Amino acid sequence: MIIQALAFYLFAAITVASGFMVIASRNPVHSVLFLILAFFNAAGLFVLMGAEFLGMLLVIVYVGAVAVLFLFVVMMLDINFVELRQGFLQYLPVGGTIGLILLVELAMVLGGWAVTPAAKTVSADPIPALDKVTNTHALGQVLYTKYIYLFQGAGLILLVAMIGAIVLTLRSRPGVKRQSISEQVNRPRDEAVAIRKVEPRKGI
Amino acid sequence: MTALPALAPAYPELWLALSAMALLMFGVFRGEGSTRLVSWLAVLVLLIGIALVAMQPAESVATFGGLFVADGFGRFAKVLILLGSAFAIVLSLGYNRYERMERFEYPVLILLASTGMMMMVSANDLIALYLGLELQSLSLYVLAAFKRDSGRATEAGLKYFVLGALSSGMLLYGASMIYGFAGSTNFAQIATALGGHASIGLLVGIVFLSAGLAFKVSAVPFHMWTPDVYEGAPTPVTAFFAVAPKIAAMALFVRAILTPFGDIAHEWQQIIIVISTLSMLLGAFAAIAQTNIKRLMAYSSIGHVGYALIGLAAGTEEGVRGILIYLAIYLAMNVGTFACILCMRQKDQMVEGVSDLAGLAKTHPGMALLLAGFMFSLAGVPPLAGFFGKFYIFMSAINAGLYTLAVIGVLSSVVGAYYYLRIVKIMYFDEASEPLAKPVRGELGAVMTVTGLFTMLFFIWPAPLLDMAGVAAKALFP
Repeated sequence: MIIQALAFYLFAAITVASGFMVIASRNPVHSVLFLILAFFNAAGLFVLMGAEFLGMLLVIVYVGAVAVLFLFVVMMLDINFVELRQGFLQYLPVGGTIGLILLVELAMVLGGWAVTPAAKTVSADPIPALDKVTNTHALGQVLYTKYIYLFQGAGLILLVAMIGAIVLTLRSRPGVKRQSISEQVNRPRDEAVAIRKVEPRKGI
Repeated sequence: MTALPALAPAYPELWLALSAMALLMFGVFRGEGSTRLVSWLAVLVLLIGIALVAMQPAESVATFGGLFVADGFGRFAKVLILLGSAFAIVLSLGYNRYERMERFEYPVLILLASTGMMMMVSANDLIALYLGLELQSLSLYVLAAFKRDSGRATEAGLKYFVLGALSSGMLLYGASMIYGFAGSTNFAQIATALGGHASIGLLVGIVFLSAGLAFKVSAVPFHMWTPDVYEGAPTPVTAFFAVAPKIAAMALFVRAILTPFGDIAHEWQQIIIVISTLSMLLGAFAAIAQTNIKRLMAYSSIGHVGYALIGLAAGTEEGVRGILIYLAIYLAMNVGTFACILCMRQKDQMVEGVSDLAGLAKTHPGMALLLAGFMFSLAGVPPLAGFFGKFYIFMSAINAGLYTLAVIGVLSSVVGAYYYLRIVKIMYFDEASEPLAKPVRGELGAVMTVTGLFTMLFFIWPAPLLDMAGVAAKALFP
C-alpha cells in the first residue's frame, strides 16, 4: 500500500512539474521532451489505477506518434519562439489571476465533493472486476456494441479532419511530371526502341 | 452475439452521412468540373433528409443504448437545420464560381456538418453531445478557411479553430465534473441521480458546460470570435454560420440544460438570465457603429441569440415553444438577408459596406423592398414574422415571472431597431455613388423571394408553425 502511495505521488509530482516545464522552458525541443515525460508519468498513473490498457495506449499513441510528430514539426518549421514568447510576461498577471481563481474553485469543489448517493444505482455498466476481465476485454465488449454510435461518430470526425487537411493544403502544381503506368505499358515497341546498325569504330 | 441496435430512429443521420461519403467519392473521381452537379445532388440529399425526418413516428424513441434519441423536439430542429443547409448550398453556387473557390468538397463538408448538427440535437448523452459538436465544428473550421488564398478567410478559420478548441475544452471539463458527480453521462440518468438537489461540484460543471455551449451559440461574454469570423469567412459560409449551426447549438443548449437539470432550474436560471441580458444589450449597442454589413449581421445574430435565450431562462414548455418559433423565423429572415448581401456587387467586385446599399431603391426596387422587409422583421416590427418570434418569447418570460428580462428585451429591440432602420433609410433616401451591378442571379432571387414572402405573409396563417412548435416543445416535457 505504501509503495503504491509513494509511486502515485512520484508520478503525479513529475507530471505536474514537467507540465509546467512544457510552457516554461526556452527551447521548444525541450518543451516537447518534457511533454513526453508528462505522458509517461500519466501512463504510470493509469497503470496504478489498474487501467493498464489505457496506460499502454497513452505511451504508444501519444509518445510514439503524437509527440514525435510534434518534434518533427517543431524542428522543421522555422518559428521564432522568442518572438512568440514576447507577450508572455505582459499577460502573466491576467493569466495568473485566472489560474489562481480556477485553482481556488477547484479546491472548493474537491473539498466539498460529494458524489450523489444515487450515482451507484444509475451507472448502467459498472466496471467489471479486474481479476475476472482484463481491460482490453472489457473495452472490447462495449466498444463495438454498446458504443457503436460513438465509435462511428468518431470515425466521421476523422474523415472530416482528413478532408479538411486536403482541402486546405493540397495544391495542384502545373508542370509536374507524373508517372502514368497505363501510358507506359501501352507504349508500342517501335516508339520506344529503334534498331540501328552500328558499324565498328563509328558512332551513330 | 449481440443484436444490431434499432437503426430506424437514426435513418436521416445515416442517410446524410452515407450520401456525403458517396458524393465525396463521386467528386473525387469526376474532378473539379462536377462541383455544380455535386452541389445540386447535395441539396437533393438534404431535401430527402427532411422527408425522412418528417416520416419518423411522433413519439420519442431512444436507440444505441440510450445515446441517441429521436423525438418531436429533435425533428423540428432537424428540419430547420436541413433547410438552412440546403439554402446555404444554393446561396453558394454563384459566389463560389465567381470567386474561383468552386470545389466539390464544399457541399460535402456542409453535408457532414449537417450530420454533426443532427447528432447534436439528438444527443441524449454527454459523450454523444461532444461528438456531434466536434463533427459540426471541425467542418465549420474548414469551411471558414475555405477561400484559402484569402488572408482574411484563413485568419477567420484559424481564429475560429483556436477559440473553438478552447470552448470544447471548457465543455469537456464541465462534462467531466457532471459525470464525476452523477456517475453517468446519460441525460435521463443524470436527472435521476440528482433527484432535485445539486452540490457545488455539479454547479461548477454546469457553469463550464454552459460556457462551452454559449460559445457555440455566440452569446456574450463568449461572442468575441463572431464578428471577426463572420467578416472574414466567405459570404455564403457566413450565411451558413448564421443559420444552421446557430439553430443546432441552440437546440442542443435547450436539451442539454433542460433534460438533465430541469429539476434544479433555480440553480442555473441566473446564468442564462445574465448571458441573455448581456447578449441582447451588446447586440443592440455594438451593431450601431458597424460599417460592414457582415459584421453588422454578426452583432445582430448575437442579439437574436440573447432573445432566444430568454425562452430557455423561462425553462417552461411555453419558453421552448417560443425558442422554436423564434429559430424558424430567424432562419427565414437571415437566409433572405444574406441572399441580398450576396447580390451586392459593384462591377466585378463583391462589396460589403452598409453605405454601398445607397440608392438601392432606385436601381433594384424589388430587392430593396425585400431587404427592407427583412430589416423591419429583424427589428421586430408588426405584422412581419420577426414580431411574432419576439412576441412568443416575451410572453413566455412574463408568464414565468421574468419581468425584468422581458423589459430589457423590449428596450434593447428598440435600440436594435435603429440600425436595422438605418439600412432602410440608406436604401431609400441616400444617393448612390456607384450603383450595384445587375442582374440579380436567378437562384439568389428565388431564395430572396421565398424567404421574403414567408416573413411578410407569416401573419396571415401562422397556425401550422405554431402548432408544430407546440408539439415539438411538448416532447421535452413528458
